[in-house]
Amino acid sequence: MEEPGRREWLKGLSLAAAGLLLPGCEGKFNETDLQAFFQKNFRELSKEELRKVLERLEKEYSEQYGQPVSVKATPPKEGVSFAYALDLSRCIGCRRCVYACVKENNQSRTPQIHWITVLEMDKEKGVDIEESNIYYDPDTVPRPGKFYMPVACHHCDKAPCVKVCPVRATWQEQDGIVVIDYDWCIGCRCCMSACPYGARHFNWGQPHVPAEEFNPETDYLGNRPRPKGVVEKCCFCLQRVRQGKYPMCVEVCPVGARKFGNLLDPKSEVRYILENKRVFIFKEELKTLPRFYYYFGI
Amino acid sequence: MNDERGTMNGRGCKMKAKMSCRKDPLFIIQHSSFIIALGCGLLIAFSLARSEENLPPTKDNPPQVKESQAEKKDSPPEKKDGPPEKKDATPPPQSPAPVEEVPGDVIAVAPPPFSPGIFPCSGCHEDLELSPIPHKMTKRHKDIVLNHGPADRWCLDCHTLNNIDKLHLASGKLIDFTESYKLCGQCHGPTLRDWKAGEHGKRTGLWSGKKEYLLCANCHNPHSPKFQPIKPLPPPVRPKDLR
Repeated sequence: MEEPGRREWLKGLSLAAAGLLLPGCEGKFNETDLQAFFQKNFRELSKEELRKVLERLEKEYSEQYGQPVSVKATPPKEGVSFAYALDLSRCIGCRRCVYACVKENNQSRTPQIHWITVLEMDKEKGVDIEESNIYYDPDTVPRPGKFYMPVACHHCDKAPCVKVCPVRATWQEQDGIVVIDYDWCIGCRCCMSACPYGARHFNWGQPHVPAEEFNPETDYLGNRPRPKGVVEKCCFCLQRVRQGKYPMCVEVCPVGARKFGNLLDPKSEVRYILENKRVFIFKEELKTLPRFYYYFGI
Repeated sequence: MNDERGTMNGRGCKMKAKMSCRKDPLFIIQHSSFIIALGCGLLIAFSLARSEENLPPTKDNPPQVKESQAEKKDSPPEKKDGPPEKKDATPPPQSPAPVEEVPGDVIAVAPPPFSPGIFPCSGCHEDLELSPIPHKMTKRHKDIVLNHGPADRWCLDCHTLNNIDKLHLASGKLIDFTESYKLCGQCHGPTLRDWKAGEHGKRTGLWSGKKEYLLCANCHNPHSPKFQPIKPLPPPVRPKDLR
């Protein structure tokens, strides 16, 4: 019997193993790809490892978008617990927030991803999702007899999306923001079916953001570019709010219907609203304990 | 993605079939060589990753990432654009006036939204004699449509006859245009209360520090305060049209 070439056999196998180890690097075998492949979950990264990951991502994005991109990983602050309030009596459904969010958070233009969905509903029928319309496009808003309800991630304290994630790629931070590690997400979309607010969106295709519209101030858990095949959602503009700024939707709202602040600060706007206004929690009966409150200001 | 998985499965099946049909003792040797080869590959990969880790931090990437971020937190934020509709009407902020009544820190209020070149009013009004009797504007200020409260309201309810650069309260107290919220608050008490607490109107700047307030007149035209309907931005693409 002819002995099979042992050397060839080994060679072939090691090549196959290398091929299996490095899917999607198009034949280029270098340390960066290896580092990316062996990257741990964000919460298990040591300081040194995190520094290296951020460095690698900055380099990668800077090359991709042809401008210096900063990727930070600002930790949550002590004594801060974020909450959001939205005035249903003021929102006019102009969708300024939707597009400001797209720009700030580098959401894919094609295929389109919007983190905020604005529902148009009848005043007579009240909050009724079955009757709502998200494709309204009149010449001017608000339309008579209608009211508008923007919905994005509610950053629930008992978030079903966090509970179902099989790989723990999504979790709630100390300051209440529910975040996603886009490098750890396997794209199973369990969280999307678990979320009662339809706040999570899947990158079905390679996300495309024009380089001239790219926001280079990014955060690892916030608005950094997402790969294809992962889930993304509102992050309360983590890259802004952890620097003390308001989220972009608050800054852009032309009617001042959006309020943001620290629940633990008795002087914050959200505290005033929760204490003095008629507050409505969307799908309260599900007991997800959202940090997003609708209220009636007038 | 599905295609990749499909081909991989196919490859696996073929390999299995090939291996199971071999019954000679050589199969075990080959099988063990497969494990050894895989182990070697992994070892090489790990050692490469290790050697990369042991490299000293480069000059332009100091290891203290978090500290540098903490410093940046204190730096003042860049001023973002205001509401897109108001852009033309609002001049760039020059000297934000502090508001004493507002709780918390001293809060900057945006300057009043004068049309360019209109302030100080005395620039034109110095030589003009104002009529104290209500009348229709025929020469100047024809663009002002008064649609605010009762029909008999007119200019000198808020503007001052003898000092046109100031507004006045019902008590007769003169106030600057930068404090116009006091004038509005005479009728809209609850709204003024909510505005001071940050509930009514828009807050920009820092949630944790200096908040920028807008004057009532920055959003509501004081002569015709009702919000005008605006054109909405385009609706989302329907899932069937997603490309």
